[in-house]
Amino acid sequence: MNTIETIKERYQQLQSNNGSSVLTPIEQHAFNTFNTLGIPTVKNEEWKYTRINGVFNKEYAFNPEDISASISESDLNAIRFPGDEKTNELVFVNGLYSNELSTIHSENLTVISLEEATKSEYRELVLQHLGHSSKYINDGLNALNTAFAAEGVFIHVKKGDIVEHPVYIYNIIDARSANILAQPRVLIYVGENAQVIFAENYATFGAAESFTNQVTEIVVEKDALVEYYKIQNDAAHTNQVTTTHIRQIGKSLVNTVTVSLDGGIVRNNLNIAMEAEYSESHFFGLYFLKGATHVDNHTVVDNVKPHCQSNELYKGAVDDNATAVFNGKIFVQKDAQKTNAYQSNKNLLLSNNATVNTKPQLEIFADDVKCSHGCTVGQLDEEALFYLRSRGISEAAAKSLLIHAFAVDILGHIKPEAIRQHVDELISRRLGVEIE
Amino acid sequence: MLSINNLHARIEEKEILKGINLDIKAGEVHAIMGPNGSGKSTLASVLAGRPEYEVTGGSVEFLEKDLLELSPEERAGEGIFLAFQYPVEIPGLTTTNFIKTAVNEVRKYRGQAPYDAVQFLKLMREKMAMVEINQSLLSRSLNEGFSGGEKKRNEIFQMAMLEPKLAILDETDSGLDIDAIRIVANGVNKLRNKDNAVLLVTHYQRLLDYIVPDFVHVLYNGRIVKSGTKELAFELEEKGYDFIKNEVAQEA
Repeated sequence: MNTIETIKERYQQLQSNNGSSVLTPIEQHAFNTFNTLGIPTVKNEEWKYTRINGVFNKEYAFNPEDISASISESDLNAIRFPGDEKTNELVFVNGLYSNELSTIHSENLTVISLEEATKSEYRELVLQHLGHSSKYINDGLNALNTAFAAEGVFIHVKKGDIVEHPVYIYNIIDARSANILAQPRVLIYVGENAQVIFAENYATFGAAESFTNQVTEIVVEKDALVEYYKIQNDAAHTNQVTTTHIRQIGKSLVNTVTVSLDGGIVRNNLNIAMEAEYSESHFFGLYFLKGATHVDNHTVVDNVKPHCQSNELYKGAVDDNATAVFNGKIFVQKDAQKTNAYQSNKNLLLSNNATVNTKPQLEIFADDVKCSHGCTVGQLDEEALFYLRSRGISEAAAKSLLIHAFAVDILGHIKPEAIRQHVDELISRRLGVEIE
Repeated sequence: MLSINNLHARIEEKEILKGINLDIKAGEVHAIMGPNGSGKSTLASVLAGRPEYEVTGGSVEFLEKDLLELSPEERAGEGIFLAFQYPVEIPGLTTTNFIKTAVNEVRKYRGQAPYDAVQFLKLMREKMAMVEINQSLLSRSLNEGFSGGEKKRNEIFQMAMLEPKLAILDETDSGLDIDAIRIVANGVNKLRNKDNAVLLVTHYQRLLDYIVPDFVHVLYNGRIVKSGTKELAFELEEKGYDFIKNEVAQEA
């Protein structure tokens, strides 16, 4: 049985087992969309440079059930971000949230299943916001995830509260016995005047292949502050499509940094809908690609209301046969006067077989805005390389130092020091040198 | 220490060095002077191993090794140091991290154990005082936004840290005011001893007021056309390079 059939069977099974809920129409609609659109191919303009349908030629097990027991403490320790006993940890195993492995210390942080949420005080919030990302990403993969939305979780950050300790999200796949398809689904609601920091990573255990199709929707209320860090350093035999859809529905501040290191095919959709006046967002990306890793960052900033400010900078170095794709769109809608929107993508090409496809786009429908966009693709500066070598630094180490130096300003936007150092170490390991 | 024999070099298709002969012994200071375009900086670059230059003939022996066979980093390990005419700015790499990496790579090459943080800091403080450079400069990105004088002082600081056998100073005086020249020259003088040597490449005599050479060579059109003691530098300053050009023309 191929994977598409497995998915369909699993869907029918779930629908008949669980009976109807308020989420059923959302799932049904998405399932129909998936059946109509299928897996995107390179004929789809948004997928022109990323051939994701090949991933579905393999067979995957897709039978989410709680297998928390298969993940040991040492498995967890291997992938943990640095933290202390107060750190909040949300663990997903094969796409499903694990109550057993997760630990929540902050009282102002609530994590419940979306199904449960629809039967609670959060019902209206869920119905209002779940699935908003499909307005921006109308493809079969987004629909596929939404078809199983009831299995996802709802994260609520209470109004007026500061979540003092970061919320770490570990997306674990146990592929020790079969290829795994995982579909984590999260809806995060950050209440008025709340502050929270999220950091997430992805880890596959086992030699079999994994495909993660993740959708995270984040709703940010007035005066809230959200930091979101995504660190991707999974094995080369793993593939991921992640969608992070952020709505600033009140005047708020959002900072995101996406760091992509190892992996097979990695596609990140990041949408920021600036729906409230005077909102501000900063989003940064960093990638160091080697081997045959393919990383595709698709970002959309939608300026809906006036006086918003967004700043986007993605930087990366691409070596060996690796590929980096950047597609950044800034929309400035008719009413979004006085928008300030900046976008830049800078690349270092380190080998003759490496590829960069970069496409910055601006679509402006207002007439009083400041916007800029641009991209560069270059090589390491020969003069700088010689300078370092003339001081006794080997060619390989000199290259690593220069690549690291190229990226370091992005690292500076990872505000929690523990995470920043952790990422710096991952990068140094990736570059094959120790940098203090 | 250094023996250059009939050295020829070119960049792309242009031949620049057309038969350089020069011997430098430990403890000596040599100055290479000459008009613009004579090949002074090329000579400095070729000795340090700049990749754009192709050596087409001749030989260079440094401490009984064939220098031309070595990579730039190996030359640094052997004890060659080039103070750049235009030091490179590298945003994102602090001078401290850079110099620590360099010092330990050179120590590794020389078969010495790397310095730990404490040893390194001690060495750095000592050398900082010697070349009059302050910590705030070293904590910043390498040469980024440095003034001309700060960049050159940083070059001398690196030289102090790496303790080379042969220091080549490529127009270190260019673009510096007299106070900056004095500081740079003081640094070089403090680092001089009987076991190392200095090769100064300069267009003007004034640097030689502060770093007094044992020998002065005039480079013109890819060859050393005249050698002498420091008096030769005064003669050049007085008469200008035309007198050399005329002499060479007469000999031809």
